[in-house]
Amino acid sequence: MSTADWTPVWLWLAVIASGLYHGVNPGMGWPLAVSAGLMERSPRALVAALGPLTAGHLLAMLLVLLPFALLVAIVDWQRTIQIGASLLVIVFGLFRLASRRHPRALARISPAQLGLWSFAVALAHGAALMLVPIYLGLCREAELDSGHAAAGTLVNANLSMAVLVATVHAIAMVAAGGCCAWLAYRYLGLKFISQSWFNLDTTWAVSLILVGAIALALNLI
Amino acid sequence: MNIRPDPTFHASPKLAMEAPPESFAYTVLLSPDASKPDALAVIDVRPDSPTYSRVVHTVTMPNKGDEFHHFGWNACSSALSPLTGHAFLERRYLIIPGMRSSRIYIVDTKPDPTKAAIHKIIEPEEIFRKTGYSRPHTVHCGPEGIYISTLGGGGKNGTDGPPGVFIMDCETFEVLGRWELDRGPQTLHYDFWWNLPRDYMVTSEWALPPQFENGIVPEDLLSNKYGHRIHFWDLRARRNVQTIDLGANHQMALEVRPAHDPVREYGFLGVVVDTTNLEGSIWTWWREGGKFHIEKTATIPPEPAAKEQLPPLLQGFGAVPPLVSDIDLSMDDKFLYVACWGTGEMRQYNVNEPRRPKLAGSVRIGGIARRTPHPNGKAFGGGPQMVEISRDGKRVYWTNSLYSTWDDQFYPDGVPGAMVMADTKPDGGLELARDYWVNFPDGYRAHQVRLDGGDCSTDSFCYPSV
Repeated sequence: MSTADWTPVWLWLAVIASGLYHGVNPGMGWPLAVSAGLMERSPRALVAALGPLTAGHLLAMLLVLLPFALLVAIVDWQRTIQIGASLLVIVFGLFRLASRRHPRALARISPAQLGLWSFAVALAHGAALMLVPIYLGLCREAELDSGHAAAGTLVNANLSMAVLVATVHAIAMVAAGGCCAWLAYRYLGLKFISQSWFNLDTTWAVSLILVGAIALALNLI
Repeated sequence: MNIRPDPTFHASPKLAMEAPPESFAYTVLLSPDASKPDALAVIDVRPDSPTYSRVVHTVTMPNKGDEFHHFGWNACSSALSPLTGHAFLERRYLIIPGMRSSRIYIVDTKPDPTKAAIHKIIEPEEIFRKTGYSRPHTVHCGPEGIYISTLGGGGKNGTDGPPGVFIMDCETFEVLGRWELDRGPQTLHYDFWWNLPRDYMVTSEWALPPQFENGIVPEDLLSNKYGHRIHFWDLRARRNVQTIDLGANHQMALEVRPAHDPVREYGFLGVVVDTTNLEGSIWTWWREGGKFHIEKTATIPPEPAAKEQLPPLLQGFGAVPPLVSDIDLSMDDKFLYVACWGTGEMRQYNVNEPRRPKLAGSVRIGGIARRTPHPNGKAFGGGPQMVEISRDGKRVYWTNSLYSTWDDQFYPDGVPGAMVMADTKPDGGLELARDYWVNFPDGYRAHQVRLDGGDCSTDSFCYPSV
């Protein structure tokens, strides 16, 4: 296998890894599933809460990825778009680094609206943005064999890729978050919530900058 | 911001009960004639310490006439709600409102309670300008920051517009503005609390400033013009969804104490006096079928007394009303403590069945007519008032002053600052600790007590006890 063949593997691993990373982060909502399970005294309620949490996250990913799916179809602009996307992720990361305030609007969402909350939190924290450079990389990899396909075909391929990336990411996320929630609910107890909660604000912002920077470097090479 | 959540934040009430016991108590001190600035006293409550039950540090304010009353923390266990993303706050600052001045002090208790110092002062003008409210009262930390209830609206007398709740940023302490979007019929205010996962707030009513600042207005009381309603709100929609009138004779619906376990959708409310028979009462509210309900579940009778034992205000009645001024619920939701400031009694009710409180214990101390001394022989002016329970439910602390001008009306001989502690028994019953007696500086009265690491009227929990 050549290096080029390895690239998509790494990119898919990045999609899964970012999903796991988002999933285990209590800030992305798994403690809400624990709370739901305990409040209803039923493991079924825990699983049910994971549904809207995942759906909200998935929608946030799609909302951010789909415009790029349309953009990358403009083949002549590919490089510019990819550089632009990388810069966007870096700037957002820098913004998260500088502004430590949690958007208070999130606190206005009722605890009953888990889907909306999950959607809003994924957008506000740039979780969806983190996927953009990875996604564009995958599109580019797919392009290598496609030559000059018709724009329509390209858009379709890119849209399918966006849905696939968001879905794989969301599955990884719910698997990781669901495991944490189940462990806390069934075995580790509520103490696990505060014990496992680390302040990842800086790490999070740095990961955004890092993802953007790697993508930028790859595009400029 | 810390890397980990503050160790004094607990996901559930049960975890809070299992945490280490309190080491220090904070009590606000009030100069009743405003001759000195009000202060915050830090009391050592470690039984094995050489300075046990003594004031080990005092933070004296730079202004006079603030009238300290209630106060609270900048952050509590509610920070562990994953909905708000504030898990890494620190329980560090005490938010102390001056109820007469409308000034708010932020006191830093780190690195050590014995070195507590003023961190920031929010001048009244900022509160007036940004909220249109005055006379700040109850402080709770919640989803959108620090919530503070007020007793006054705008204008000199606080009667231009209704009082309400305002929000303050929990990190910068900047006043953000009013909380309510739709207050419905609410025109008076006092206490508030909530059930965070169930997303509702409960608020109560005392009076408008002209009805309390210069003392109780007997004509207003006898014509039932003090607060007698309870309001239920959609917390995140900031909307009043239901108001229940207890009946106009139930004057002054004060402290709101929801069950700590968020699975339990009920709570308690104390009513100072029934103007038809001078009784004090405890009410239980609950939610059922999407509606709130409330009923009177315990009454405390007045006690006959000779005219010469009574202040002029009560001489016409020939009896001492219990005057239920504060109530507090233990962390396991099992015992409700009821301060009878008039008759000089601290009652303990078993509320395992919330709608059927059973008297489980009682101690007598102070009182208008009884004037019961402390077991150590010392006189206790006033009666049991602000009550605070340790997280583990084993110790109950209380002070003796209600409010400067009201103290003078009910206890003309004065209410020198006092703070006592009672040990509780697991199945009910309580007994005053002989060796716990705090000597406060002369000329000060004592009001609310807070315990380091949180207590039974500060923290809100987002997960049930399991």
